[in-house]
Amino acid sequence: MSAGERLGDLLRDLAPQVLGTLLRRYGGFEECEDAVQEALLAAATQWPAEGVPDHPRSWLVTVASRRLVDHVRSERARRRREVTAAVREATDADLVPAPGDGSPGDRDDTLALLFLCCHPALTPASQVALTLRAVGGLTTAEVARAFMVPEATMAPRISRAKQRIKAAGGTFGMPGARERAERLGAVLHVLYLIFNEGYTASSGPDLHRAELTAEAIRLTRMLHRSLPGDGEVAGLLALMLLTEARRPARTGPAGALVPLAEQDRSLWDAALAEEGVALVTAAMSSSPLGPYQVQAATAALHVQAPRAEDTDWEQIRILYAILGRIAPNPMVTLNHAVAVAMTRGPRAGLDLLASLDDDPQLARHHRLPAVRAHLQELAGEHAAARENYRLAARRTTSLPEQRYLRDRADRLDR
Amino acid sequence: MKFVLNVYLNAAAPPGGGLDHGRFLAAAGPSGELVGGHVCADPSISAVVRVRDGVVTVADGPYLPVPEQVACQYVVDCESRERAVELAALISGPIPGGVEVRPLMDSAGMEM
Repeated sequence: MSAGERLGDLLRDLAPQVLGTLLRRYGGFEECEDAVQEALLAAATQWPAEGVPDHPRSWLVTVASRRLVDHVRSERARRRREVTAAVREATDADLVPAPGDGSPGDRDDTLALLFLCCHPALTPASQVALTLRAVGGLTTAEVARAFMVPEATMAPRISRAKQRIKAAGGTFGMPGARERAERLGAVLHVLYLIFNEGYTASSGPDLHRAELTAEAIRLTRMLHRSLPGDGEVAGLLALMLLTEARRPARTGPAGALVPLAEQDRSLWDAALAEEGVALVTAAMSSSPLGPYQVQAATAALHVQAPRAEDTDWEQIRILYAILGRIAPNPMVTLNHAVAVAMTRGPRAGLDLLASLDDDPQLARHHRLPAVRAHLQELAGEHAAARENYRLAARRTTSLPEQRYLRDRADRLDR
Repeated sequence: MKFVLNVYLNAAAPPGGGLDHGRFLAAAGPSGELVGGHVCADPSISAVVRVRDGVVTVADGPYLPVPEQVACQYVVDCESRERAVELAALISGPIPGGVEVRPLMDSAGMEM
């Protein structure tokens, strides 16, 4: 790891702690978040030249507090006097060495920040952007690059999100027990979206986007440290690790997608796979079952098969049947149909797919004809399979998926 | 998801008028959904270039000689097709052709 990367990691780890400290002292999410961003930028330019200060966190808190004052100063005079006094006091206190890292307060701050950034008043895209900036410590430019939009598009998305939270009365603190479960669901979904955004990216212009998987894993690890007993948090982390383990094998030359059954399993990351399997096994034996644990368990069964033909499809079929009961969703039915086809024959899988024909969520979606084509190919119905591969290729908006689907159709022509 | 919104206008209408982008820009700009856009010049001054057997031919005018031509395009990055349609509906004016909401291809994908 280079010095620059080490510095980047340090700053991103400190970001939520510094923001948490500022929020507890001054409140005002929008202003505090801006001030922390400026302090992170100042550190990123000054520390490489001047060296990392003895107490990096106190340094950041001090600089961010000063920036906050500077901004407030340009606003109303009354507010200015109050905050200046508070900051002067706080700055002096910060000169005292900070306590050791990893105090429970930091973990709670990170959790409270995640809850705030995943506020229900926001769209998922805004929750994602805000989480990456406020909790992940990424700059707006980095978030914009990762999502391949101009900074001029991302900046209003983030500031609008902060305004929305303010308007909705969102505050920094732990939501009540009942609300907490619901909000945790939103947090997990946001982390899952960040991971997927990075995982589906492969190479070339997507490289900045691919870094999102590492960021999602880092944030989910942070959340898992805050809530070690939560089975779904552990399940999501396991799912990410088990999926990430396959990354080296999922693309072939020139970025072509390699389906699971054809991947070179020796390329899979054994350490990540092992960690993921251990996590999900422990979670499932000690927590109530949830959708992320079940998905992680299926990913674990794939990763544990030495060859594609060794896959325990019967277990996978049972898991998808469970998932279909606890979190019904047409995408789950698609996966369930594949598992049924692998255990009870392609016809049985195709029969299950027929139940999705009228599903509004899948109308125009390419996954339904793609899975149908795959099962028809297994059943030896090549003409029908070719048509469905082509239909799916027409409907997808993903270039590598389109290429894969077209190749499958062409293979059947020969 | 990214979409291009192709706004079709009747090319025979008086040039340069008739479209109100105000409501669309007020919605898509501050929300962080507007990626970019441009207004096209009159199709009568465009050219269609063809290369056949290494020979380049240039013809004046639009590709298809139909009354409705693309007058402007926006690129938006938004949550869903439904949201893109909602944004497209904010572009108002005498648009006989309407607004085409066309998804853009992405370089990312899932292995199947």
